[in-house]
Amino acid sequence: MPTAQNISNHNQIIDQVRHVCTLGGLQSVLAIERAIPILHAGPGCGQKLWGALGLQNGGQGSGYAGGHTVPCTNATEKDVIFGATDKLRTVIENAFKVLDLDFYVVLTGCTSDIVGDDVGEVVREFQNEHKIVWAETGGFKGSNFLGHELVLEAIIDQYLKPAPEKIKGLVNIWAVVPYQDPFWTGVYDELSGLLRSIGLTPNVIFGPHRGIPALDLVPAAEFNLLVSPWVGLKAVKQLEENFGTPFLHYPSLPIGPTETGKFLRTVGEYAGVDPKKIEAVIAENEDHYYHYIERAAEVLLETRFLPRRFTVVADATYTLALSKFLVNDLALIPNRQYIVDATPADLQEEVLKNFQDLGEGLSADVLFTPDGGEVQEDIRATKFRSRPLILGSSWERVLAKEVNGYALSVSMPVSDRLVFDRSYVGYTGGLRLVEDIYSTILADFQ
Amino acid sequence: MSEIDIKHNQVPTRENRLGAITGYVGTIGELNSQAGGCGVQNRERCFSQASACASGCCQGQLSSIQNVVVINHGAIGCAADAVATNVNKKSGARIRGLEYSNVRIVSSNLLERDTVFGAVDKLKDTILQAAKRYHPDAIFVTTSCVSGIIGEDIQGALEDLKPQLDIPLVPAFCEGFRSKVWASGFDSAFHAVLFGIVEPPRQVEKTNKVNFVNFRGSARNEIIRTFKKLGVEPVFLLQYATIEELKRLSEARATVSICGTLGSYIGNGLEQNYGVPYIKTEQPHGIQGYINWMRNLGTFLGKEKEVEEHLAEEEERTREELAELRAKLKGKRVVVGMGPSFGHNYTRVLEELGLDVVWTATWHFDQNYDHGDVPESTKRLAEIDDSLKVSVGDQQNYEIVNLLNKLQPDLYVTRHGGSSVWATKMGIATHMVVDEFTAFGYNGIVNFGNILVDKLTNRALAKRLASRIQLPYSEWWLGQDSFSFLQEEVF
Repeated sequence: MPTAQNISNHNQIIDQVRHVCTLGGLQSVLAIERAIPILHAGPGCGQKLWGALGLQNGGQGSGYAGGHTVPCTNATEKDVIFGATDKLRTVIENAFKVLDLDFYVVLTGCTSDIVGDDVGEVVREFQNEHKIVWAETGGFKGSNFLGHELVLEAIIDQYLKPAPEKIKGLVNIWAVVPYQDPFWTGVYDELSGLLRSIGLTPNVIFGPHRGIPALDLVPAAEFNLLVSPWVGLKAVKQLEENFGTPFLHYPSLPIGPTETGKFLRTVGEYAGVDPKKIEAVIAENEDHYYHYIERAAEVLLETRFLPRRFTVVADATYTLALSKFLVNDLALIPNRQYIVDATPADLQEEVLKNFQDLGEGLSADVLFTPDGGEVQEDIRATKFRSRPLILGSSWERVLAKEVNGYALSVSMPVSDRLVFDRSYVGYTGGLRLVEDIYSTILADFQ
Repeated sequence: MSEIDIKHNQVPTRENRLGAITGYVGTIGELNSQAGGCGVQNRERCFSQASACASGCCQGQLSSIQNVVVINHGAIGCAADAVATNVNKKSGARIRGLEYSNVRIVSSNLLERDTVFGAVDKLKDTILQAAKRYHPDAIFVTTSCVSGIIGEDIQGALEDLKPQLDIPLVPAFCEGFRSKVWASGFDSAFHAVLFGIVEPPRQVEKTNKVNFVNFRGSARNEIIRTFKKLGVEPVFLLQYATIEELKRLSEARATVSICGTLGSYIGNGLEQNYGVPYIKTEQPHGIQGYINWMRNLGTFLGKEKEVEEHLAEEEERTREELAELRAKLKGKRVVVGMGPSFGHNYTRVLEELGLDVVWTATWHFDQNYDHGDVPESTKRLAEIDDSLKVSVGDQQNYEIVNLLNKLQPDLYVTRHGGSSVWATKMGIATHMVVDEFTAFGYNGIVNFGNILVDKLTNRALAKRLASRIQLPYSEWWLGQDSFSFLQEEVF
């Protein structure tokens, strides 16, 4: 039986950040093409948050309108004493004039939330003329996973309108948190491709060439597909409530043939796709996948200093998805696994259930903690009988040297890699991950 | 002149101490003459973009001292800069051949409940846990907007822990809302060092050390060699210094700095409190800056002859190559966008290389330094050409993009993360000065000149990118005066 060491208590310190605060939801806004956040926050919040979630995480820079383009009221001493709603109003008005954008999300920081500025009142003045919504995202509310959910909640409640009719086969995909996951664009592309391969029409609001038209389509979908252990659950429930759209919750991001096959069968069955069609798609993709695995078998089996056991330090989505892949498709054995995304206490048990049967009769012990320092102390205290494979963040590179392991950065912060449109999702994603893991091993001693 | 009070745990902001401003447009002549009486009127904006805050600069400096822990008493996002700081720290450690390690910035993780009930106990608990985890030589506690607004008694918490922890426990106050000038965070860090680390000299005679205020120290070996000719050894700070080195800063023969913005507070603090002279010339970028700086240092050390010999050698060694570079760079139109000390120094350096600086934008401007004078680098520019157009803005990209669009320079030379990107998207060749020693002295100016020649030689990326992308600004805005959102009112 897996055990969770649940220490999400009030006095939780956080060393080596692996997520940021609620205001980090600003990056989810930027992930929607031609949308921009307007921050009602301190002067440094934006820079710290996009630095950690963006630039130092797979080299995701400012893009069209991120970074120092983001409007902000840059709170001063005067603002925290007297409030600053007039300043916010002026910044919003001028943002419409200065910027070439279509959708605005006003997000508050700690200063505004403590002072109690009535931001909703200001934003409502503009909602008839402009596409603009607001959310209270003061950093002390928690993580940017919650911030992402608050941004979605604001858009769903304040902007989306019911569709005249549902479109058969149209499926909204909700999965990883943009920017937090440096592979997010590739993830959404690959999930879309998988749905398309079984005849469904994916709809995604995040990423290039989607944006507001995709957002406007959301209420018309036949169903919402949530691919995530917990993040986004609120959004799909809210969409069900507001627009009567049912949802399918698939907790594990599918990486590699075993999980991707299950994923296609589950989604296909839910959508009423002909099973023969699904099996044909799976067979074709598995042929491709196993062609390369067969070809690389010598490397996978006979390379010097191979790891037998693995440790994942990531958010709930990746800790689960990578664990399943490494167990089922690479026949590795899990050490204790670490979930560092500040999963809310009431959702931890549900997340944990997924680790009870990872496949092949294996389960994994899980430690929930956002404190990277604690994770590293725990890994240092582990007795390894082969060189461990550590899939974590760039914080783990120093640790891997200490414990003579292999480190591959896959989870925020990924400051040591540049990531474009690749991901580890699906069949091709599985191949990319095998390439990356074994390239790390091969390069280590050469 | 600002009195640097190292008995009190907080340093006033740059706005209050140095008359720092973040909104201005005019000429260097006007800026310089008005700054003399602190008479420059700051102008606010009616549109603003996210800039940066003091806590980033403060935590970046303090956490890069060897074997310390920085505790940030804030929400988790205020510790997000730990990621970039870790990258920076590792890059400098590589240059210096130091241990491969992670930066230690620990958040007390303030939550909603803490904003109501306070969280001094949580802070204490964080300090104790971090001390147990790392056995540091010192712990610094940085503040946040939340801890500042709810009025946490940081000093009280540290006093309570002193009996349990036999290391310096030092507060560094750097709430983001207090200052528009993120460089105020440098002062917070240096003040923490002056207040909580530096000790009075252990002996009457000065050592042969010279305090060298810098960032990551890439020119360390060259400086060690040059200083040896003057019979002194540099101690680089704050980054990669040990607590023991910092304790003894008061015993040095002098303090020098690669950046006037960075060095003003600690340099003057050590001078006012311990009689360690601070070299107040412009900074040692390019030729004239290096000459004035070296001569001033030589005078303090009684090594005038050695300095003149060194300068003559350097001049002779680089003359030919500099002449070639000047021929290639002559007349190229350049815009500068940097912090005030780098910006005004690099404007001079670019002119020494024969380029035509058509505009200098700085992210803030200190009307005077802690010793009470207008920055030497500003005075020098005003002497050379008082009609140089200058502006001041806290990373207001909409102004910079508008300005570059109107000026269409050959080159934009910057210093700030993300600043070079926008000019590149407009098809303008850019260089971001990441390394603070890029144009240090004679070697530096040759290095810098070569960088610029290369940047101007192949502009393919800027050209191709500009032809494919759109700017996020409206046609309307690009047609306005660049500074039309600067308001007249005074604050």
